[in-house]
Amino acid sequence: MVIDDKMIDYIGELARLRLKDEERENAKNEMNKIIDYMDILNQLDTTGIEAMSHAFPVKNVFREDIVEPSKDRQDILFNAPNKKDGAFKVPKTFE
Amino acid sequence: MDLSKLTALEAGKLIKNKEISVAEITKAALENIEKTDGCYNAFVSVCHDEAMKQADMVQKGIDDGTLTSPLAGVPMAVKDNMCTKGILTTAASKILTGFRPFYNSTAVEKLENAGAILLGKLNMDEFAMGSTTETSFYGPTINPWGENRVPGGSSGGSAVAVATDQAYFTLGSDTGGSIRQPASFCGVTGIKPTYGTVSRYGLLAYASSLDQIGPIGKTVEDVAEVLSAISGHDSKDSTSVNQESLKFNLENNVKGKRIGIPLDYFGKGLDTDVKARVLEAAKKLESMGAVVEEFNMPELEYAIPTYYIIACAEASSNLSRYDGVKYGYSSPNFEDLTDLYYNSRSEGFGMEVKRRIMIGAFVLSSGYYDAYYKKALMVKALIKQSFDRAFDKYDAILSPTAPTTALKIGENLNDPLKMYLGDIYTVSVNLAGLPSIVVPCGFDREGLPVGLQITGKAFSENTLMNVAYSFQQETDFHLKKPVIKTGKEA
Repeated sequence: MVIDDKMIDYIGELARLRLKDEERENAKNEMNKIIDYMDILNQLDTTGIEAMSHAFPVKNVFREDIVEPSKDRQDILFNAPNKKDGAFKVPKTFE
Repeated sequence: MDLSKLTALEAGKLIKNKEISVAEITKAALENIEKTDGCYNAFVSVCHDEAMKQADMVQKGIDDGTLTSPLAGVPMAVKDNMCTKGILTTAASKILTGFRPFYNSTAVEKLENAGAILLGKLNMDEFAMGSTTETSFYGPTINPWGENRVPGGSSGGSAVAVATDQAYFTLGSDTGGSIRQPASFCGVTGIKPTYGTVSRYGLLAYASSLDQIGPIGKTVEDVAEVLSAISGHDSKDSTSVNQESLKFNLENNVKGKRIGIPLDYFGKGLDTDVKARVLEAAKKLESMGAVVEEFNMPELEYAIPTYYIIACAEASSNLSRYDGVKYGYSSPNFEDLTDLYYNSRSEGFGMEVKRRIMIGAFVLSSGYYDAYYKKALMVKALIKQSFDRAFDKYDAILSPTAPTTALKIGENLNDPLKMYLGDIYTVSVNLAGLPSIVVPCGFDREGLPVGLQITGKAFSENTLMNVAYSFQQETDFHLKKPVIKTGKEA
């Protein structure tokens, strides 16, 4: 039971998610089952194996630094739920 | 003539020969969707006016000789996680309610440049997280092959739109089997290309190191033509491979092709009918001249935990952008900015998405990072090595696509772990970045389709297409059609 009440609250904070009480119990149970299952990886000896983040060797990708017009401000703001004076509008963050 | 029964290439030819106009075929396709989609819910949105407008423009291009692609004028549809300029793009999530991107994803842009007509956006599991298309905010998509059967997922809408002749071809995306498993469940052809073959620009990210766009169609020829159109380097995706668009030379010939059958893929948990159909397909290829041999791939059982650790970790990072500020759903209930984030996300995401974000946050959290995330990256290396060894000996690997045929609606929805286990045969392909194609290879005792998965080494799409094409030349499974219902009831 690695996911206890304290852990689920902590993960919720990291993920910016707040679960309702019934969701929370269910999430705890299912996540414990899933993480228990993930523990079968411990059966494999990976000593000396290098962690692989990309399946193919990828190097830094460079391109010429050419000046291009950036996206249009109106286009970017088109989908904003709240906007004001050409900017995204959010609630007050400090007094 | 029932236009909807044509393949994409047949339709393209009729258009080119002026036997039908682009407007006629587009109108017929839109009417067909209207008539049938009440039963299947394959579409999240249909863009009627835009499609008809586009049809006129494309017709002009064909008439004046500027549009010469075999796909010019052919109506298609796209999974709803690819950005379409001015057209609703939701990833089947409440959190993207009303989102209309101001740009096209590169794959869509390339198809529009070739003259294909966009009919609409296809249903999927929310943010491609699911294997049944049941986690969609817009309700489940229904498989045309059985009563109350799921189409698979997450590209369920993309598979059903092809299976029901609503679209001549579709685009899906595949992070752990999301093109191949629905293609298998719905009796259609689909390919997950080598990672980096198709640009991911404009694809709403789930797990960026695994996500890949690919086509679903009625035949291997159609799928090859579409992949050829959407592939190629794109500077807007830094993982896009620096190569030209793929060109395919299809030939019915598998003589001397070395085909491996991984025995571990045929063990416990595999439905007996699925097993029988896949082994019959191997026999068929052998009778056509392929050299078929069995081998072992014991890493298989570690593929699912490895996949879910990596995919959830990437998802937790990728989905942090949905904050209720820039686009989509914004909660009306908040006291301050942090509250706006919490409430928009908690009200906007469905349960499966929340679960995967939280698993991801857990495996990346300090104290657990090494035990889960880093461990998974090491096992990923082992899985890749195992494929490398297999491809020293074989041109292609044959396997089932999923342990069963299409499940009943609701069967696994409340048991996420059981749902994850169904992805056993598909996820390792994404971990290793490989190409893999699925073609229909028969039916089970209840008449539900079985798909044959053919996997190759990186950048061997031409070999895979040729094996799959040869198989379709000698079999007629891909020509079988479900009875297509009309009306409003599901």
